[in-house]
Amino acid sequence: MDDILLLEAIERYLSGDMSSSERAYFENLRKTTPEIDQMVVEHSMFLHQMDIYSVHRNLRQTLQSTHAHLLETGVVNEGGELTTKGKVIQLWKKYKRVTAIAASVGGLIALAITALTLYFSPLNNDQIEQLSRSIAVINGKLKAKETKIPAGAVPVSGGSGFLIDTKGYLVTNAHVLKGSGVIVVSGKGQEYKTTIMNIDPEKDLAILRIDDQDYQPLKALPYSIRKLNSEMGERVFTMGYPRNDIVYGEGYLSSRSGYDHDSLSYQLQLPVNPGNSGGPVFNNNGEVIGVLSTRQAQAQGVAFAVKSKNIYQLVDELKEKDTSIQKIRLPSRTTLKGLDRTQQTARLEDCVFYVKSFN
Amino acid sequence: MKADTTEQALLKGLANNDSRAIETIYRDNFTMVQSFILQNSGSYDDARDIFQEAMIALYEKAQSQSFVLTCQIKTYVYSICRRLWLKRLQQLGRYTNHVDSLEETVQVEEDLEMHEKRNAEFAIMDRALGSLGEPCKSLLEGYYLKKMGMQELAAEFGYTNADNAKNQKYKCLMRLKKLFFSQYNIGD
Repeated sequence: MDDILLLEAIERYLSGDMSSSERAYFENLRKTTPEIDQMVVEHSMFLHQMDIYSVHRNLRQTLQSTHAHLLETGVVNEGGELTTKGKVIQLWKKYKRVTAIAASVGGLIALAITALTLYFSPLNNDQIEQLSRSIAVINGKLKAKETKIPAGAVPVSGGSGFLIDTKGYLVTNAHVLKGSGVIVVSGKGQEYKTTIMNIDPEKDLAILRIDDQDYQPLKALPYSIRKLNSEMGERVFTMGYPRNDIVYGEGYLSSRSGYDHDSLSYQLQLPVNPGNSGGPVFNNNGEVIGVLSTRQAQAQGVAFAVKSKNIYQLVDELKEKDTSIQKIRLPSRTTLKGLDRTQQTARLEDCVFYVKSFN
Repeated sequence: MKADTTEQALLKGLANNDSRAIETIYRDNFTMVQSFILQNSGSYDDARDIFQEAMIALYEKAQSQSFVLTCQIKTYVYSICRRLWLKRLQQLGRYTNHVDSLEETVQVEEDLEMHEKRNAEFAIMDRALGSLGEPCKSLLEGYYLKKMGMQELAAEFGYTNADNAKNQKYKCLMRLKKLFFSQYNIGD
């Protein structure tokens, strides 16, 4: 018998569509042919499965739409507007004592670690060299044109810096600022008088502010500053002033820690020169992931950059120190994603400055 | 404690797929389950999944002939959700002893075993239908799930007559059965 005909017969038999004579014939067939009997049982079970499946599917749909309906009418809440204030207060009451103990233990440990770090940390050594420029190099061209460096002042060091706020706040390395006064120079050669706002030799970072009538704030910064750590293998590039003109360089992130396991910085494979210090390190998306600071003396192309999250700490410190400047807002969105590298550098050029320090 | 009459009516409604009954049960129990899951490192989505899973288990229980619910719906739903969530946490390797167990719970292991079997069957059928391809899938869904007539299906799918559609349906059905039984072991 043809399979399809047989299947049809079984289905009609199971749904009770057969006439009595037909039914008797089929039942007889079932008795005499075990294969057909087996098929009937199997098919009956299969149809039952289909029924259950159908019902379950409908139920699932009903449940989903009920959920959506209740969500809409506000009976069910999935976060969003619910206030958690009550809960926070409850938790605080419950864990007040534990928190206090934890805090004091934490404080003691912090003090102990600070003491240990101070004791053991490697002081300046010749394994790495800072990337600031020395006076001799800078001197050459400076005298040629009119400068905002006060007459009689001697330039002592230089490097790079970049904007972190359009109002004229910049970040550079602390070691770039060896002198007492600072000016910054844009890529077009325009000089601006600058004040040191906050300097942290431990992290090797400093915040400067342009205080100059000639300065015209940019509308917005194209890059953001990354709060999280970056991963090994990430492609990076930098822009800085190892010469009096801006210079581009690219490479990759080679280690999550810096020289001698320094967890504040990254190791990069990136060709850099004195003068790159304080320059931003960007990833492909145009996020600042670090600030170039040092390079290894014996190894080719090995550079170190202070992790970008330290910038946030420095800014917070500054806000605490000087309550009048609450308005620094670090850029949180990059508009460089997906652009060609040349388009990226064109937009970044105006945000990177040449930093000169003098006495 | 025997479930009272309102609860009996609700369960009956659930067994008959009455959307009002479903909504009432949902409304009365969801928030409790949600806060339990959120407190035990779950998300809003987890809460919804687990709760709906429990609703299906409750439905299966309400449907079965030997159905007796010896506790409140609330307790039953909570117990199922608790069990399901602990299991999920364990699978994720985040088992915690801190799941608070102050609420009243009942033994639901047997029901859950049954429910898991049903779920597995559901998944097999779902996969089988999914890998069937069109127009077989829609044809069979139309006939067996939506209970449409052969005439109607022939018109919708553009067969010249009901017999051709029927022929096609049986061919599809044979393929579906093959797919289904290749994963579903009758011996079990």
